[in-house]
Amino acid sequence: MWRDLGLVVLPLLAVLAVLPAVYDNGALLLNFVVFLVLAQGLNLTYGFSGYLPFGYVGFFGAGAYGFAMSVTLAGAPPLLGVLAGGGASLLVGLLLTPLLRLQGAYFGLASLAAAEALLHLIGNPNLQPVTGGPYGVKLQAGYAPLLTYALALAILALTMLLVAWLRHARFGLRLLAARDDALAAAMAGIDIVRGRLVIWLASALAAGLIGAVFAWRTATFFPDAVFDLNFSIFAIVFTLFGGAGTLAGPVFGVLLLYGLYNAIGLSAPQYFQLAYGVLIMLLALFFPEGLAGIARRIADG
Amino acid sequence: MAEGLLELRGVAKRFGGFQALAGVDLAVAAGEIVGLIGPNGSGKTTLINIASGVLAADAGDIRLAGRSLLHLPAHRRAALGLNRTFQVPRPFPTLTVRQNLEVAVPGAAAGRDPAALLDAVELAPFAGRRAGELTSVQQKLLDLARALATGPRVLLVDELATGLTPAELARVATRLRALAAEGLGLIVVEHLMAFIDRITDRVVVMNAGQVLFRGTLREAAKDRQVVDVFLGAPEPAA
Ligand SMILES: Nc1ncnc2c1ncn2[C@@H]1O[C@H](COP(=O)(O)OP(=O)(O)O)[C@@H](O)[C@H]1O
Ligand SMILES: [Mg+2]
Repeated sequence: MWRDLGLVVLPLLAVLAVLPAVYDNGALLLNFVVFLVLAQGLNLTYGFSGYLPFGYVGFFGAGAYGFAMSVTLAGAPPLLGVLAGGGASLLVGLLLTPLLRLQGAYFGLASLAAAEALLHLIGNPNLQPVTGGPYGVKLQAGYAPLLTYALALAILALTMLLVAWLRHARFGLRLLAARDDALAAAMAGIDIVRGRLVIWLASALAAGLIGAVFAWRTATFFPDAVFDLNFSIFAIVFTLFGGAGTLAGPVFGVLLLYGLYNAIGLSAPQYFQLAYGVLIMLLALFFPEGLAGIARRIADG
Repeated sequence: MAEGLLELRGVAKRFGGFQALAGVDLAVAAGEIVGLIGPNGSGKTTLINIASGVLAADAGDIRLAGRSLLHLPAHRRAALGLNRTFQVPRPFPTLTVRQNLEVAVPGAAAGRDPAALLDAVELAPFAGRRAGELTSVQQKLLDLARALATGPRVLLVDELATGLTPAELARVATRLRALAAEGLGLIVVEHLMAFIDRITDRVVVMNAGQVLFRGTLREAAKDRQVVDVFLGAPEPAA
């Protein structure tokens, strides 16, 4: 645990904390942190309970709208709005708990359908007075680049701490056992339903909180922007590529693949979406443990 | 029937149109080993699945020390002290052998020390290996050790002996008898009659989802119906 913190969490946070001083594209830096959080959040549910939610972006969007609506409708101060965003994603997570009865692709597809349904609910023209409907959101929460970036880093720190803790705590080990064999885990006395629920809600919360911060920073957005399926696809490919269930894997996944995307992909994003879709399939088929698995195989000789 | 620590009463189970269990009574007392025998497909594993909460019964009751387990999920039954091994072993393949025991939640009779358990089933040298790399016999022994790690009061053992060498068999028999001497109740499903003979006080013979015979293995071997049912199967070594 301390090794994980010293070797991965602290160095990463330190670098991210000083980068704004030497690099002036603050929006891009924030996007990196957003994807680091989404990748680690997805890592929680996929890495520790085996559920791969294609609709993971639904929590992100719920967080963004939880923030926007609490600020615009209730006049909440933005910091409280971030908590409201987290609350909204927890609520969506709770509503979706029946999905945890599904397995594999059925679960993935059902979560995708749920995210789409939420997008269409929020984007419904009849709900314009409440959600802004298809015309989106214009916030006057105040442009606070430093504060939003610092908040995003704090959310990243918390998410990674949770991953690091799970990798060493008995609770995490029990989740992995249930992921390996649910029936045998039940006979080992493990309350699988509770374990999966806890990890599912933690994963939802991470995405919701970062979605709220993203909304604060972006201020003006359409519903499709925060329910963009690419958030899910990118988070999945970064996590799978680096190695689900590890702490450093998803970090490498984001730095390499999102870095690559920004370096050469922005001019032709459609090719990247295609390439990343194919990459997900190849990883799932041939390298289910990602970079981390390859590293382990090399280490094992 | 003796006053049981675990009592199954009138357990019935149907798979589609097929009646796998048709009202089975079975009990085991503390410190007792009951052999559960019968031809393939007679419903022994199904009975264990129902007792342990892997399957739901259509009818009947399951009581542990007088308390009905019928509506409790498997992990609650494990916590109350009922555990089982699997006919086809089910280790956690990506966990190490030691972790396979460490994840077990200590229940009623307080968990047992993983290191001592690994030693007892002679898996200590493999403690750091991934359980998926073990042979299937080793996985069976790991299954047994994991079940014991939950500290059960009653243990249901499903065909543990198959594939073991005579030396391993002798050690497992000694181990199971030692557990009974500590007060555990055991129900042991087994095809190897010599093994059943060595460890059990009495046997229950099942056929086609029903109990055919209760008594000692010696008496069973002389029972006309039992002999008929086992024709073509290994002869009971009485
Ligand atoms: N989950 C199931 N679905 C359908 N049929 C089953 C199931 N489990 C067991 N059976 C059937 O029930 C019968 C009893 O099986 P089982 O309890 O495994 O017998 P045994 O352990 O005595 O060999 C068999 O005919 C088997 O095919
Ligand atoms: Mg069987």
